[in-house]
Amino acid sequence: MRLNLLRRLPRAWRRPLAVCGGLVAAGWLVVVLAAPLLAPHDPLAQDLPRLASPGAGHWFGTDELGRDVLSRVLYGARMSIPLALLLVTLSLLIGGLLGACAGFFGRWVDETVMRVADLVFAFPTVILAMVVAAALGASLENAVLAVLVVAWPSYARVTRGLVMGLRNREFVLSGRLLGFSAWHSLRVDVLPNVLGPLLVLATLDIGTATLLLSGLSFLGLGAKPPTAEWGAMVASGTQQFDMWWMGVFPGLAILTVVLAFNFLGDALRDALDPSTARTIGAEKERVA
Amino acid sequence: MTRQPDRGALLSVDDLVVQYRRPGAPPTRAVAGVSLEVRAGEVVGLVGESGCGKSTLARAVCGLTPSEEGSISFDGTPVRPLGVRRRDPALTSIQMVFQDPYGSLNPRRRVGAQIADGIRTAAGRGEDVDGATPEDLLTRVGLPADAATRYAQEFSGGQRQRIAIARALAARPRLLVADEPISALDASAQLHVARLMRSLAVESGAGLLFISHDLSVVRLIADRIAVMYLGQIVETGITAEVWDNPRHPYTQALLAAIPQPDGAGLLPAELPGDIPDPAAPPSGCRFHPRCPRAFDGCDREVPLLSDDGVACRLYPAAA
Repeated sequence: MRLNLLRRLPRAWRRPLAVCGGLVAAGWLVVVLAAPLLAPHDPLAQDLPRLASPGAGHWFGTDELGRDVLSRVLYGARMSIPLALLLVTLSLLIGGLLGACAGFFGRWVDETVMRVADLVFAFPTVILAMVVAAALGASLENAVLAVLVVAWPSYARVTRGLVMGLRNREFVLSGRLLGFSAWHSLRVDVLPNVLGPLLVLATLDIGTATLLLSGLSFLGLGAKPPTAEWGAMVASGTQQFDMWWMGVFPGLAILTVVLAFNFLGDALRDALDPSTARTIGAEKERVA
Repeated sequence: MTRQPDRGALLSVDDLVVQYRRPGAPPTRAVAGVSLEVRAGEVVGLVGESGCGKSTLARAVCGLTPSEEGSISFDGTPVRPLGVRRRDPALTSIQMVFQDPYGSLNPRRRVGAQIADGIRTAAGRGEDVDGATPEDLLTRVGLPADAATRYAQEFSGGQRQRIAIARALAARPRLLVADEPISALDASAQLHVARLMRSLAVESGAGLLFISHDLSVVRLIADRIAVMYLGQIVETGITAEVWDNPRHPYTQALLAAIPQPDGAGLLPAELPGDIPDPAAPPSGCRFHPRCPRAFDGCDREVPLLSDDGVACRLYPAAA
C-alpha cells in the first residue's frame, strides 16, 4: 500500500498549492525542532524595550513586557503544532476505532456510538470545547482534552461509513469463510482499506485542530501566561490595538499552519483514489 | 417434503426458508422451502432467472445469511449463521467463489498472502498441508507462480477469478459453492473457468454447487441440475435427462430460450410477463401466471417436488 502511495504521489505534488503547503509545513516542523537555535532571544526574557516596532534586532517587534515577538512566535510553534498532531492522532485512533466497531458490528454498538457522536455534533464545536475546557479548568492539557471531545465524532462517522461499505464486500466475506474472527477480519481486510481516506481527513484536520487550540488559548481557556502560545499572543495583541505587530505575527503563524495542512490534505486526497477521497472531503466540510 | 435425506449426501438442505426483512413491508421469502443434496465428487448445477433465490440459497449454505426455517447440514454438522465469532472449523470445508472477481480479492494484500490464508485454514483443521504453497495453487489454476507477489489490480477479471478459486481450493474444501462465478467474465474466459472448477473439484473429490443462469455452460459441467423458480426448485434430475426431456413447463421455456445456431431462424420462445415479486408470490403454483400449460386448479393447488424430481400438476405422482 505504501509503495502504491509513493508511486501515485508525484503527480499530485506537482501542483503549486501542494508544493507550497508542503514547504510551509516542512518549514514549521523545522521550527518546532530547532526553535532554540533559530530564536534570537529568550521568549520569556523581559529585557528589551517595551512595545518596540519591528526593526533591526527585533524583526517582529517586542510586546508590552519587552519580550521579542519573533522568538515567541518561533517558540509558539512548539506548543501548537505538536499538540495539534497529538490531538489529531488521538482523535483518529479513538474515533476510527469506535467508528470501525460501529460499522463492522452494527446493532447496539452502532446505535450507542453513533448516538453519542450525534450528541456531540448537535453542539457548535467551539462552544462545546469551551464548556469542556472551562469545566476542566484552564490549561493547555485540558484544552487538548476539550478539542478531543469535539473532534473524534467526525472520524467515527467517516470510518463507520467506509467500514459499512466494506463489511459485505466479497473479499471480507471470503476471509470470514476461511475462518477469520471478526477482529482479524477487521484488522486484515477492513482497516487497511479505510486508512487512505482517514489519512486525508487527519491531514485536513491538523489545521482545524491548531485553530481550535489557539482559539481556546485566545479565550483564556488554554495556555497560561507567560507561555509563548499563538492564541494567547493574539489575545494580548488585541489589548494593544495600535501595536499591530503583537497580534499580526502570531496570527500569520496560525494562518500559514492552517493553510499549509489544508493544501497538504488536498494533495493527499487527489493522490489517493479520487472518487472515495473526494466524498470524504465533502463529508468533512459538511460536518465542520 | 418429508423425503428421507440421502445418506451419502455431503450437503443436505432440507425444506429451507430464507427471508429478508425490510422495514414497513412484509418479509420477502427469497428461498421458500428448498430441499437439495450434493454428494462428494458431484457437480450440481443450480439454474434460474435473476432474483429467483439462487444466490440467497448459496449464501445460506455458507452461513452468510441466516435461515428462517428448515435445516442445512454439512456432513452431519448443522450450518449455523456466521456471527462475530470465527467460523466453526468443521464448516471451513465449505468454501465459496463469488460472482464479482473485482470485489473478491483484497486490493491491499498480495495475492500470495491471501492464498496462504486458505492454506492456514486447512492446516488449522488438522489437514496435512506440508509443501502446499500459494505458488503451487496458482500453477494449478493456470497462472504463473510469480503472481503470488503481485496485487489483485494487476490481473484481469478471469485471472482474478482463478486467484479466488485458488484461495478457496487452498482451504481444501470438501464442498465448493460457486455463486455465478462466470457471469462477470468475458465469453472466452467463461467456459475455461467453469471447466477448471469442475476438474479441480472432481479431482479433489469435493462436491461442487455451481450456480449460474447460463444453461449452456451448466449443461457441460454439471452431473445433476436443479431448476429454481421464485424461491422453489421446480425440477431436478440428471443433467442429460433434464436436457433431453424437460418436464416442467418452466424448464421447457428456459431451454427453448437458449438461442440455437441451427440456421433455421427460430427465435427463442419467450415467457409472458416478468418474474413476480417474491414478496407477494402467486397463489397455488408460483409459475401459473406465466405458464403456457396451466389448467384449472393451478392457481389453488401447490405442487410439491415429486420423488422423480418435478413439481408440476401435469405429472401427478405415480400412486
